[in-house]
Amino acid sequence: MSTTNDPHGPGRYQPLGPDDRREMLDVVGVEGFEDLFASIPEGLRYGGELPVEEALSEPELLRHLEELASRNGPASGMLSFLGAGCSPHFVPTHVDALIQRQEFMTAYTPYQAEISQGTLQAIFEFQTLVSMLTGMEVCNASMYDGASAIAEAVLMARRLMRRGGRVLWSEGLHPAYREVAETYAKYLDIEFEVLPLDKSGRTLIPVVDDDVIALIVQQPNFFGVVEDLRSAGNVVADAPAKFIVAVTEPVAWGLTVPAGEVGADIVAGELQSFGNGQNYGGPLVGFMATRMEYVRNLPGRLSGQTVDAEGRRGFALTLATREQHIRRAKATSNICTNTALCALATCIHLSSLGRQGIRELALQNLSKATYARTRLAEVSGIEFPFDAPCFNEFVVRLPVPAGDVVDACAANGVVPGVPLGRFDEVRENELLVCVTEIHTRDDIERLAKVLAEACS
Amino acid sequence: MADYPEDYKYTKEHEWISVEGNEGTVGITYHAQAELGDVVYVELPAVGDHLEAGQPFGTIESVKAVSELYAPVSGEVTGVHKELLDQPELVNEDPHGAAWMVRVSMADSSEMEGLLSFSDYVSFLESAEGDH
Repeated sequence: MSTTNDPHGPGRYQPLGPDDRREMLDVVGVEGFEDLFASIPEGLRYGGELPVEEALSEPELLRHLEELASRNGPASGMLSFLGAGCSPHFVPTHVDALIQRQEFMTAYTPYQAEISQGTLQAIFEFQTLVSMLTGMEVCNASMYDGASAIAEAVLMARRLMRRGGRVLWSEGLHPAYREVAETYAKYLDIEFEVLPLDKSGRTLIPVVDDDVIALIVQQPNFFGVVEDLRSAGNVVADAPAKFIVAVTEPVAWGLTVPAGEVGADIVAGELQSFGNGQNYGGPLVGFMATRMEYVRNLPGRLSGQTVDAEGRRGFALTLATREQHIRRAKATSNICTNTALCALATCIHLSSLGRQGIRELALQNLSKATYARTRLAEVSGIEFPFDAPCFNEFVVRLPVPAGDVVDACAANGVVPGVPLGRFDEVRENELLVCVTEIHTRDDIERLAKVLAEACS
Repeated sequence: MADYPEDYKYTKEHEWISVEGNEGTVGITYHAQAELGDVVYVELPAVGDHLEAGQPFGTIESVKAVSELYAPVSGEVTGVHKELLDQPELVNEDPHGAAWMVRVSMADSSEMEGLLSFSDYVSFLESAEGDH
């Protein structure tokens, strides 16, 4: 191993020079760097020069990185209809301006209430807003993302039921969420069973037997279809199982019935749509909301409102005794951070939209997606596998593999959607199209045009 | 020094058990609640659940910690003190009486022989304090 192949000499990218190294080696009491590995048998040690290119100069390095970056196709430089759990929405300028205030520049947990009142209050307001929108009694301080939130919801249902068993989940639950939850539950006494969709695109809810610990339905589902949550809630109300409602597109809350009003025990998922860009697929904003009676089994943190010694309103982390820094291996969950900065962006965007703004935003999404669907229905060769009402996403079936169509369209600056063959090979010709408030009539015309060309 | 009932048996995890016939009543000791501080929540099993001696049967949460409750003996839960869910402060006020937690129908009365007597427990507390 060599540390001297830097043409500019040591110290260019490394903070230590040869004198520093010599001094450290002397303190340790060895001749050279290699002596530090003397305990590793000679035959197991790498003897040659590492096949690493010579170090670049700073301008060369910047140029190299720019070349790498230019291979990305940022959604902002294309006309994109990609959604599938990470949707294109307008983020008002004030959101980024406010979250960049230095008082907020941390993703870490404000354990010390005495120096973190601003962050704790922002988290408290986030929890309040999400509780109101979901119709639930309590929401945590956010989680990594929707996928891990659903995995944690499965574990929470198991804690509440105090046993393992079957988890019934809809085929309309995001496939990535299912994969993450299966990974979390791999060594637990949990079996997953997929509930198929009917021809309209809604989940077929069976009778929920007593061995089932949770039923999970996503609203709107992965294919954009608005589920009949009330019926699902009624079915599970007669069973011991917990009813979990998953969310990937919370903008729909502006128009749909809150899950808390149809019997949800846990609502969990993703809030990226409010205040956060698509960011190459992350970071995202997971959340979990539940009933007050289950609060001690809720993973993650909670900011609570209280009063200080002088009776003034203040905020502090609450129920922290259940967390891993105190309870170690017996903690409710081992989630060790919330995505506070992303959650703050969500909180700011929601606050500025207000009750009426959220409804208007949802209406715009619904109207534009409905228009796009109507417009695409005129394109010969395009079919719609599901006929139930959708929110801002829908599936189109093409006469050719959707992945090839996306490649061809992307070369012309349009990404028409997510090819579903990625998740399920029987859906090779299907494309999931997401249309939101950012798309104009001209954008939708362009989408229709490129898809018509691809289908002809 | 608290008043530890002489006819109770105790565990090193600071639970007590008082026995009548084949039924034991279980709670935590004065020492345990004093170490925990203000108790804010108690999570108890359901009637019909099976307890295993030495294994956790519930949790107790104070303003500064959450701890397991350990079963002194094995057997089936025949009663659960549900009032503690609404009045967890009883654990601080009357740990050896009003704040009983579960009643259990003992599966093996010989397990009682492995528990600490009043005098064993008191000297255990004294020696433990000596360690600090």
